[in-house]
Amino acid sequence: MDKEFDYSVVDKVLNDHECKQSSVIAILQDVQEHYHYLPREVFAYIAKKLDTSVANIYSVATFYENFSLEPKGKYVIKVCDGTACHVRKSVPVLERLRAELCLKDGKVTTDDLMFTVETVSCLGACGLAPAMTVNDKVMPAMTPDKASALIREIKEAERDAE
Amino acid sequence: MLSNREELIELRSAYSEALKLQTRKILVCAGTGCVAGGSLNIHDELVRLIEEKGINCTVELEKDPHNESIGIKKSGCHGFCEMGPLVRIEPEGILYTKVKLEDCEEIVNETIVKGNVVDRLVYKIEGKPYIRQEDIPFYAKQQRVVLEHCGHIDATSILEYIGIGGYEALEKALFEMEPVEIVDEIESSALRGRGGGGFPTGRKWRQVLNQKEPVHYVVCNGDEGDPGAFMDRSIMEGDPHRMLEGMMIAGIATGSHEGYIYVRAEYPMAVSRLENAISQARKLGLVGKNILGSGFDFEFHINKGAGAFVCGEGSALTASIEGKRGMPRVKPPRTVEKGLFEKPTVLNNVETYANVPKIILKGADWYRSIGPENSPGTKAFALTGNIQNTGLIEVPMGTTLREIIFDIGGGMKGGKAFKAVQIGGPSGGCLITPNLDLPLDFDSLKKVGAMIGSGGLVVMDENTCMVEVARFFMNFTQNESCGKCVPCREGTKRMLEILERIVAGNGQKGDVELLLDLADTISSTALCGLGKTAAMPVVSTIKNFRDEYDAHIIDKKCPAGQCKKLVTYYIDPELCKGCSKCARNCPVEAISGEIKSPFKIDTSKCIKCGACVENCNFGAVKEV
Amino acid sequence: MANDNYMIIDNIPVAIEGEKNMLELIRKAGIDLPTFCYHSELSVYGACRMCMVENKWGGMEAACSTPPKPGAEIYTNTPRLRKHRKMILELLLSNHCRDCTTCDKNGECRLQELAGRFGITRVRFKNTAENPDIDDSSLCITRDRSKCILCGDCVRVCNEVQNVGAINFVNRGSKMIVAAAFDEPIADSNCVGCGQCAAVCPTGAIVIKNDSLRLWDEFDKEDVKVVAQIAPAVRVAVAKSFGLNEGNVMGKIVASLKRIGFDEVFDTATGADLTVLEEANEFLDRIAENKNIPLFTSCCPAWVNYCEKNYPELLPNVSTCRSPMEMFGSVIKEQYKTSRKKIISVAIMPCTAKKFEAAREEFRREDGSPVIDYVITTKELIQMIKEAGIVFSEIEPESIDMPFGSISGAGVIFGVTGGVTEAVIRRVETDKSVNALRNLAFKGVRGLEGVKETTIDYGGTELKIAVVSGLKNADNLIRRIKAGEHYDLVEVMACPGGCINGAGQPYTDLDGRKERSANLYEADRMTTNKRSEENPLMMSLYNGLLRGKVHDLLHVHYGKEGVHND
Repeated sequence: MDKEFDYSVVDKVLNDHECKQSSVIAILQDVQEHYHYLPREVFAYIAKKLDTSVANIYSVATFYENFSLEPKGKYVIKVCDGTACHVRKSVPVLERLRAELCLKDGKVTTDDLMFTVETVSCLGACGLAPAMTVNDKVMPAMTPDKASALIREIKEAERDAE
Repeated sequence: MLSNREELIELRSAYSEALKLQTRKILVCAGTGCVAGGSLNIHDELVRLIEEKGINCTVELEKDPHNESIGIKKSGCHGFCEMGPLVRIEPEGILYTKVKLEDCEEIVNETIVKGNVVDRLVYKIEGKPYIRQEDIPFYAKQQRVVLEHCGHIDATSILEYIGIGGYEALEKALFEMEPVEIVDEIESSALRGRGGGGFPTGRKWRQVLNQKEPVHYVVCNGDEGDPGAFMDRSIMEGDPHRMLEGMMIAGIATGSHEGYIYVRAEYPMAVSRLENAISQARKLGLVGKNILGSGFDFEFHINKGAGAFVCGEGSALTASIEGKRGMPRVKPPRTVEKGLFEKPTVLNNVETYANVPKIILKGADWYRSIGPENSPGTKAFALTGNIQNTGLIEVPMGTTLREIIFDIGGGMKGGKAFKAVQIGGPSGGCLITPNLDLPLDFDSLKKVGAMIGSGGLVVMDENTCMVEVARFFMNFTQNESCGKCVPCREGTKRMLEILERIVAGNGQKGDVELLLDLADTISSTALCGLGKTAAMPVVSTIKNFRDEYDAHIIDKKCPAGQCKKLVTYYIDPELCKGCSKCARNCPVEAISGEIKSPFKIDTSKCIKCGACVENCNFGAVKEV
Repeated sequence: MANDNYMIIDNIPVAIEGEKNMLELIRKAGIDLPTFCYHSELSVYGACRMCMVENKWGGMEAACSTPPKPGAEIYTNTPRLRKHRKMILELLLSNHCRDCTTCDKNGECRLQELAGRFGITRVRFKNTAENPDIDDSSLCITRDRSKCILCGDCVRVCNEVQNVGAINFVNRGSKMIVAAAFDEPIADSNCVGCGQCAAVCPTGAIVIKNDSLRLWDEFDKEDVKVVAQIAPAVRVAVAKSFGLNEGNVMGKIVASLKRIGFDEVFDTATGADLTVLEEANEFLDRIAENKNIPLFTSCCPAWVNYCEKNYPELLPNVSTCRSPMEMFGSVIKEQYKTSRKKIISVAIMPCTAKKFEAAREEFRREDGSPVIDYVITTKELIQMIKEAGIVFSEIEPESIDMPFGSISGAGVIFGVTGGVTEAVIRRVETDKSVNALRNLAFKGVRGLEGVKETTIDYGGTELKIAVVSGLKNADNLIRRIKAGEHYDLVEVMACPGGCINGAGQPYTDLDGRKERSANLYEADRMTTNKRSEENPLMMSLYNGLLRGKVHDLLHVHYGKEGVHND
């Protein structure tokens, strides 16, 4: 356990789920909801409260795609690469986004922690293919140019906000 | 809080009357697709405009309204996502498509005030307008049972659901039927699980009912992970109470008092609609202790998935609810014997539960009258890919592919030729032109080596490379393999490795045979259903498109021109103006030439990035 | 066959007699069905798919996870099954280091064996695990990920049997690995070093840390005297590896060690006798003072480690007695402290955790040298005997050396679960008759069950005793104690069955453990002195070497805040 770390958020989440071992996924989801990733410090704490080992919590967390052990960007962009989006050319959209943000497979978050670009197997928005989401907001019928424009827009908005 | 059956009946008739006073209804689609198109703003704008005009309108249904009014509702998915945002206007049944915020004023002024149709918002095929939603070919051939309310009622209102007869089946199951009678009814309806396997639902329920262990559970599989499928999402978003009602009936039938709903985390709207629906039902006393004074208790839990396709498999799903890694376990014992928390468990998918209330109300005979004998009822499909009308459809089982693709789907997009349709997602196979007249039902599909799966239909045109499609699915399955059993973990990895080298032009003689060998071992020995079907897309594309594989491996050509690594670029000297733009954009300096005379590509240097094609203003760079 | 309770396996009817699954039935029928992930004492995992069988309709099922089906006909060796088994082996080998000759597990590896059995002569896929991926951080085990076939045996034993949960699966699909949290070095995890993961590992992915290589060099040094002590459980676990019937081969081991170059060879049972006397005193003192009850035994280093990591508040209840190895090691170094030669104290142990115990700071002498310089497991010993070319079957037994040449039966039975308890009871029980001794054997402390309980009468007071083996069982008992149940004495051995099943021993199943246990009790029967206090050596030690040094040499304080009663 890390003495520097503030466990109040984790405590609240644990209480919400009554420290039930079977709720570990929901607990990790709620913790991630708050931090946008799973800070390493929380694992031992949660393991102790749920009466299990750190390795077990880590094992569960690494099984599921949605858990991230790395901090994510302020804007999380998920490009759908489900079948429908794939056949309607989602890959060029992904490639453009990565090119714009200097990201690649294995490096999904920009160094300034502004953007995270990842793929998702299906958003279930197949009728809008190719689709992507920006912080869970669905963007329909994407093209590489629309993707570039979106990045520009966000960057400008961020600059203006400063 | 309703304390007995009579109060529910009274409430229902009150709201049924209240609905009747809504002489006109405006239903704005609030499915994920239309919301992404801005439909929620359209809804608010319509409300604002109508109120501004002083017209009496109802956003939330009230008991005992005194005056007629216009009901403005957020409905579930209409299914015609391609044309969204959609606005439906009743009683005429007008469907406005691709509605924008600025169209609202005209809709109100023309249609609501004057009763005229706004022609430019009406769906047209080759100039022919279809004013009524029901007349549009996309809808005309559908038969909506499970989706009957989607797009027609307010998806966020339990009162509206009750007003149109909701929870009547629950009432019947609680007060008029013994558990075994419910099971009998479902069994004689011959309803089969809509999640893929097509296991008889009634038989499953009976097995759970007969377990000696006192605690039983009902679990709903809403982990619609199949890429290219969104039927369940639409039901959960558009008619959540119907599914809850189905689950509670399953609870009564099997002696279960807790229902778990496992929903993909990628469906946040479905989660919030379900949470909302459950809390509404709880407030009315339709969920919780001693429902309607019957002595029957039922509680719901929602579990959000965390991103693992394999959790669509029953034992992986229950493991995930239990807070474990979603790895399937060996069977026996089966889920009906030892499922969730080691207790007997009814596990069905969303669409299956959504069928239940109607069967209880209208009877097994009615249900069996729809579709073929062995697979009665309807099936929802998500129609996607290179097709005119993508969207959510529901047809009687046994409808042919031809009807679905060409009548409902409006044929191929851009007038291209039909090549194949992938059915059943990454676990399914592809069907080709000779299969177009095959009736879609569990058994006929099995015969041709495909499966209905959860109901994704991805239509592919002549420009699709089937080897690349196989690679795509294998990449998906390989990524989603839980890693437990050797054949799936190592076998899919090797199949992907071989497919990757084939599409990259490095295929070797014997690769197809090796793929088939691997497929045989994986399908025969994998632990779970997902593993067993993992190789299906490869086997079925090899079966139907062997020549494409050979072209890639032997001739190093991609007949569909999709595999970049197999494309050779050349500059057509007739078209090249010698502007040098291609050469300037080439990252490896493979293009050279004199200004104003045709340039040339050195194929030994070319990395086939396609930058020259994109940058040529004269279409002079060609691919072969 | 009179009843229907049989299955037809490869056309031969085989009676079903309560077998849990088809695999056990098939094995009973004399067919060694291949498998990597089936262990009768772990949960059924069903991942390797090697034990698939075919029914007469061509359907396939995994034998390990299918209960016997009366009347069913199955085939265990069909062309399809052979084809699939070969493909599975090929797939495993394609992701596996194939440097068999330089692998620790060479000759004992299940993958190597099956690849040979099925004639895998080529692998059609690119090798994706050519380079070793080694975690050498633990003192007890070494892990090489390039040899892991992800059968999960280690994960299940660590979680299900030992309740340690130091390792688990990480990631999924083809990226799945077995790792500690955050894939940290195993030494930084909550691993207690019990080594059961290495014991069940079918390949060379987790092996016992090999210290014999360094030890060999010691024999050639002029100014060094190499002294060995042999733990009780070792003597009953060596014979089979040399083609002999399992039995007590202490004499042959002693003779072999002499040939290898050990100068003196002693028996850890002597140390165990010291432990009995000290621990019995401690127990009676605590009973008298009613302090820090229950008393937990401290012989098992994996248990001590587990207690430190999970229940530090219970450390005051753990006996302050050093383990027999450490007690005896301390005595040995004390005995030879004036020797002109440097003493190298080697302990031959059934245990991987002893390697960790030997390195603990608490067990350093004043000059900073460790009490025990090397811990060599039984498996390493067997390897050394083989390497030396000793024909074990023919070597004449020799006896242990003086001055520590006598033991008691009580010390010998330390090697099996319940042994420590029985030895202590023999000491504290006031009735010293032969009959009382015989009755004791039936008081419920013997047997390989994971949890045993008994009571003894001590001066009119009934003392409640629990004997547990397997750390999961220990953990469950601790929870019961914390919930208010009362015990006076708790013996804990980390390995199921006790040291006879230590991870340093050649792997054996339950039947093998029963055999080893019987052989230890047989060795006890053959001793003249049954009780530790009857060992004449004890008297001379307490009156001589130990005088005034009992505390320094025989006791230890685990944990910082521990309030131990000495």
